[in-house]
Amino acid sequence: MYKRLPEGDDLSVTFDFEGESVSARPGDTVAAAILVSDAGHTRTTPVTGAPRLPYCMMGVCFDCLMEIDGVPNQQACLVEVRDGMRVKRQVGARGVDE
Amino acid sequence: MQSADVIVVGGGIFGSAVGYGLRREGLNVVILDEGDNVLRASRGNFGLVWTQSKGVGVHRYHEWSCESAALYPDFAAELLEYSDIDVAYRGGGGVELLLGDDELEARKQFISNMQKQAAGSIFDCEIIDRQELQKFAPDLTLGEELVGASFSPHDGDVNPLLLLRALHTAFDRRGGRYLTNRRVDSIDHRGSDFTVHTAQGDFTAAKVVLAAGHGAPRLGPMVGLNVPIRPQRGQVLITERARPLFPFAMGSIRQTNEGTVQLGNSKEEVGYDDGTSLDVTRKIATRAVRCFPQLAGVRLVRTWGCIRILTPDMAAIYDESATCPGAYVVTSHSGVTLAAINAAHVARWIAHGEMQPGFEQFSAQRFDVQAAA
Amino acid sequence: MSTEPDLIIIGAGPAGQAAAVEAASHGLSVLVLDEQSQPGGQIYRNIARNAANESKLRDILGRDYMRGAALAREFEKADIDYRAGASVWQVDPNCAVSFTHNGTASQVTGRRLLIATGAQERPVAIPGWTLPGVMGAGAAQVLLKSSGVVPMGRIVVVGSGPLLLLVTQQLVDAGADVVAMLETTRTADYLAAAGTLPGALRAPEYLRKGMAMRRRVKAAGVPIHSGVRGLAVLGSETAKGVRFGHGGAMQEVEADTVLLHEGVVPNVQITRQLWCDHEWVEPQRYWRPVLDEYYNTSIAGIAVAGDSAGIYGAEYAAVAGRIAALDAACSLQKISAADRDREAAPLLKQRAKYQAIRPLLDSLFRPNPEILTPADDDTIVCRCEEVSAGAIREGVRLGATGPNQLKSYMRCGMGPCQGRFCGLTVAEIIAAERGESVRDVGYYRIRPPIKPVTLGELAAFDD
Repeated sequence: MYKRLPEGDDLSVTFDFEGESVSARPGDTVAAAILVSDAGHTRTTPVTGAPRLPYCMMGVCFDCLMEIDGVPNQQACLVEVRDGMRVKRQVGARGVDE
Repeated sequence: MQSADVIVVGGGIFGSAVGYGLRREGLNVVILDEGDNVLRASRGNFGLVWTQSKGVGVHRYHEWSCESAALYPDFAAELLEYSDIDVAYRGGGGVELLLGDDELEARKQFISNMQKQAAGSIFDCEIIDRQELQKFAPDLTLGEELVGASFSPHDGDVNPLLLLRALHTAFDRRGGRYLTNRRVDSIDHRGSDFTVHTAQGDFTAAKVVLAAGHGAPRLGPMVGLNVPIRPQRGQVLITERARPLFPFAMGSIRQTNEGTVQLGNSKEEVGYDDGTSLDVTRKIATRAVRCFPQLAGVRLVRTWGCIRILTPDMAAIYDESATCPGAYVVTSHSGVTLAAINAAHVARWIAHGEMQPGFEQFSAQRFDVQAAA
Repeated sequence: MSTEPDLIIIGAGPAGQAAAVEAASHGLSVLVLDEQSQPGGQIYRNIARNAANESKLRDILGRDYMRGAALAREFEKADIDYRAGASVWQVDPNCAVSFTHNGTASQVTGRRLLIATGAQERPVAIPGWTLPGVMGAGAAQVLLKSSGVVPMGRIVVVGSGPLLLLVTQQLVDAGADVVAMLETTRTADYLAAAGTLPGALRAPEYLRKGMAMRRRVKAAGVPIHSGVRGLAVLGSETAKGVRFGHGGAMQEVEADTVLLHEGVVPNVQITRQLWCDHEWVEPQRYWRPVLDEYYNTSIAGIAVAGDSAGIYGAEYAAVAGRIAALDAACSLQKISAADRDREAAPLLKQRAKYQAIRPLLDSLFRPNPEILTPADDDTIVCRCEEVSAGAIREGVRLGATGPNQLKSYMRCGMGPCQGRFCGLTVAEIIAAERGESVRDVGYYRIRPPIKPVTLGELAAFDD
């Protein structure tokens, strides 16, 4: 559960997270925007299926892996939000589709 | 000074399988191993239980590989029982992918030569076309250049890291002593006993087995054994975990039971340098994507160089010293494939002198003959 | 890539930016590759945007943070080829750097290379640290700097180190509900710190700041418990609170967010992949590359500056970056050795000043042994492959003498983070179990790629 300080009010970016519309500030990372949206968890692990949220926010821990615009296992803390982006939880091991 | 019936020098897959088998025969066994940062083929290999390319020039070695593959289901079950570790053995046959007509023709020629060499003995490898290959994985997209594959019903794979851990665990639970950080400095032979010297103490036994990989050529002459092996580097790539994609064993692209995809087939003569090079890893990645285009989006997480242990004719060496009876050398590039037979027939040979038919063909003396001729 | 830059710098934090500015001023062609979308590193993250807006956030982040703005302006003005969002995944000893940028992998070879990849938070492997609702205190600060975001609900901060204090104060200033601060620093450490008082006397400003931060946290009504032990995050699906021992008894405090911090450690992934010589730093219990006075590694042409060379903080990092750049300019014969020494002299003086405070901090904020070697066998050590402390101990019992055999037994360090979040803990557990020093136990053999690269990118790679 996270919230924005009042100055973070320019929420002009809109993207899709698991079918819900999420507003974000330009320059936000996907990880930050999803944390504010109260997603519960952003991935489940491929080993035991345990739920995880971002841990390090700086590209090191790989706990923020998400599917972004159809590409699995993206580090959501290194990707900036864009209008119209489609973001999903990374559920376990990635699939290998075309 | 610690004593044992047998000292096995080397705790990789080869030494551990032989040591485990010797312990199963009721002998008091010590396995001496080195530390954390030494050349270890057993930590870097590919995990294939593989026969279709084995035994060129030494057909007994092809048969030997097939015999080990046949022992694998029971061997894996036994390891599960004694270690609680499932080594993820997958039999049912394996394929070697063929890209383009040149590879197809070369493979056909190879099979034809092997059939001649077999002269009625076992060699069950055959060419399958794209359609038959597709039947192994109906949803998989085959690269346009894939013309087919060679298939052997004896082939399969295993998780090599789990295999090593299972061997160490089962050996330990059955009362063996696996000791690390024990680099062997020298071996003496006095009377009927061997004394093995390490910086951490001496060990004595009536029998000593050299399973030391690239360390064996240094130790062999101390007990009258010639170990003519050389290093050859193979680079291996491994990807992030993916959902099951390849439900069958393949020679150079293999999905592990954990979901990672292992790639590799390079051969380089670079001594003991176990690094990697981008020109080679790029070639391996390129071939993988040509075979299966959907691999293009899968991420590589690690690469490494592994130093193969090659004998002059690629077949295993199993030998007992003529001048120091009770000293043995066991070595081959194919530790995973041969683990089952090493734990069985090879252990019984060392323990009781029982030799399988044609086993004498694996003596290193075959190279003396070749050198003289 | 056809042109060969004089100097490639990996990382655009204070060390990388300062080095780039200095090198460019001496006529070197400079290429800076940075993984983030904005320069500044983690310490000055998002500095340009925050500096441009008058806001409460600027007050919260404080003057030390705003100091990064001047460097960012210099960096922006200088003649530097700067690539944001470049993920470096392999470095070769000939200064060839392979990286992916905008989905394309390529390689560039410099005449010299400076690694300025900074630090990461030390793994804090306590029970429950993988639960949603738990994150690094430094990570929470990144959220504040980059998005003006703070945790909602009850926050418990846990650990040790200057950053923990700073983040707590900033959260309090931002109006967040910090319900407890649990310090793992022990009274004994404060006593030991008295022994290095001369160093402290040379840095009175630093100590005053630290005391002031602590006072502000206290004044805001945040209870501070020092010398806590037996830490565990409570909860099954998400974090619900923290259990800790204090005084004679175990206590529990409810929380919606738990922020962990036990100091930061150098990011040695690239120097390890390069097989540079490293040394173990006992008081702070981390590895750093072995360097000469100009920050050159054991590999010719490759230097390391900033926190990836050892933890000394942002201002020191900028000084170190400039010193390393001067030496690079000298070795490329852009300036004479005499010029280098003359220009470096005031920088070396500043360096000595920053170094003087370190023994005091090392004594004050020594990482807690309980966290270095988790006692509870169920505690996850490797977050990627979910390998527990018990599995590590089982591997040691089986015969593993170091992290590499353990990795092959148990898969710790084999996931996408490549051991960044378990390497130190695994080595500490092995050392404790075997009664050896971590120095002798060693570290993972780090292999390329140090960041994941797709097979397609590698196949299409143009070197």
